[in-house]
Amino acid sequence: MTAANILPAETGATPRSKWWVLAEELWRDKAGFIGFVVIVLLLIMAIFAPLLAPYDPAVQSILTRLKPPAWLDGGDWAHPFGTDQLGRDILSRVIYGARASLLVGVSVVAFAGTLGVLLGLFAGYKGGRIDLFIMRAVDVQVAFPGLLLIILIVSVVGPGLVTTIVVLALTNWMVYARVIRGIVLSVRQTAYVEAAEMIGTKPSRVIFRHILPNLTSPLLTLGILEFTNIVLAEAAMSFLGLGIQPPATSWGLDIANGKDYLFVAWWLVAFPGLSISITVLAINLFANWLRVTTDPQEREKRFARAKAAERRRHRGEGR
Amino acid sequence: MIRFLLRRIGQGLLVVLGVTMVVFVATRLVGNPVQVMLPLSSTDQERAAFTHTLGLDKPIAQQFVEFIGNLATLNFGDSLWQRRPALAVVFQHLPLTLELIACGLGLAILLAVPLGAFAALRPGGIADRFATFGGLLGLSIPQFWLGLMLIVFFAVRLHWLPTSGIGGPSHIILPAITMALPSMARLMMMVRSSVIDELNQQYIRTARAKGLHFTQVLFGHAMRNALVPFLTLAGWEFINGMAGYTVVVESVFAWPGLGFTALKAIDHNDLYLLQAIVFTVAIIIVIVNIAMDVVYKAIDPRINLA
Repeated sequence: MTAANILPAETGATPRSKWWVLAEELWRDKAGFIGFVVIVLLLIMAIFAPLLAPYDPAVQSILTRLKPPAWLDGGDWAHPFGTDQLGRDILSRVIYGARASLLVGVSVVAFAGTLGVLLGLFAGYKGGRIDLFIMRAVDVQVAFPGLLLIILIVSVVGPGLVTTIVVLALTNWMVYARVIRGIVLSVRQTAYVEAAEMIGTKPSRVIFRHILPNLTSPLLTLGILEFTNIVLAEAAMSFLGLGIQPPATSWGLDIANGKDYLFVAWWLVAFPGLSISITVLAINLFANWLRVTTDPQEREKRFARAKAAERRRHRGEGR
Repeated sequence: MIRFLLRRIGQGLLVVLGVTMVVFVATRLVGNPVQVMLPLSSTDQERAAFTHTLGLDKPIAQQFVEFIGNLATLNFGDSLWQRRPALAVVFQHLPLTLELIACGLGLAILLAVPLGAFAALRPGGIADRFATFGGLLGLSIPQFWLGLMLIVFFAVRLHWLPTSGIGGPSHIILPAITMALPSMARLMMMVRSSVIDELNQQYIRTARAKGLHFTQVLFGHAMRNALVPFLTLAGWEFINGMAGYTVVVESVFAWPGLGFTALKAIDHNDLYLLQAIVFTVAIIIVIVNIAMDVVYKAIDPRINLA
């Protein structure tokens, strides 16, 4: 009788209520929820930067050079985070800097992800020589001295936004290919894929209709984790002078600028660095929640832990 | 074993060949080394003469053969900046990078193992939650920023430690901490999750049931089985450091290792030195990869190398 009661409710579930369940679960995991809120705020900050920033990030003012943050002696609320060695407002530069990080992060994940997923699908589905060739290429490239090679290429090609995106995409596709190939190999063995092949479904349809949906959740988690790596990589490249170039703004670039004033004005370096840390931490917290929620094995572990805790509580009450 | 080694060496050669191709394509086809190496003010004659001395006016196929031939004989040319063989410059700076990685990774392992194991004792407990959050935090802080903040605090404010450069043992403390942080976070999380997994296994219950003390089970059984994945990650951390993540740390602390030298080479438009560094590191990575496989075999006889 209970089964009869439950079933209609479940079949009546619409996609919207599925999202609702997920949102409820996110709300219960406080760390993941905070991470999600920070990500949304960052996106708003990046998109509406011209409306939110109190100053133009490039405008210089010799009179207000190296002003400390508002809460220190000599600071005032006209420049809450202080100003840099050219009198530019640090708060405005931090707000605009979010654009570079997110733009590079999103484009690199999109390009590298697309390339990696396509090659991984191809390798896993076709098998044989193609598989061997693609996977050997992955093995070889994984063993490359990554950052050093990036330095060499950028020094020859010339740094810039486009170079940064292309170079990072070309050096980060391998992890997608590897993960996707693994999943495709296991999904290929399942009965429904065999059935689809048996009735003569085209390979492209098998790949995109039957295999690809299985990849959504691992791919989502992987993409988000890679996003954090790319944000850190872009910051490091810009810091070394090999990424975003002035007059554009980027957090890594601002830290490199402030480095020479470290002894007199720590705030030039502190605020852009904090922005990177908070961004990456927020995404990591959210991804951590997402990984645990979408991975059946992890869910099982969590469920078992909750059950065990409940049992312990009952035993404690009984005593 | 011999066959396995031969195959791995073959794969290693493939990696070196791959690096060669990328460097060749980047320097000869995409970019122009003459433009990189000569000052902007040089005349057309100077450029033509320099192109000729570098052999860049020859057919591309011939250039490639000569390029490979030079590498096979470890002839990387002379560093334009230091006016001596590029390989000599590399070997002068390599030990400093190795020292930095060894100190950083050693510190990371020393901290990660006890912290991770302690967090794993009560999954979901307070210590575990702190460890998980700390681990995520460690992965989120950019290394170069951490380094600069450590300089601000310990060198500029407190005057406890030198800001940068090399010298006595006190010079390596801040770079080593900076180097260690992300590795420590990754290693700790991996120790934590593998010890949790091992402690849930049946053999742990058997060992406890036959009367072994919990600490004996933890160190003798659970930690020991977690050793192989741990070493895999530690080896990966070493390779990662070698592959260029020291560049950032070395640049912050003006630590004159390979990464710092690579950045200097760019400033001096010294393409030959840069090539020599990239190849040396690629070869070291290949050797470390092979050595790691052999070590696994020694630790865990179940691993089949064939």
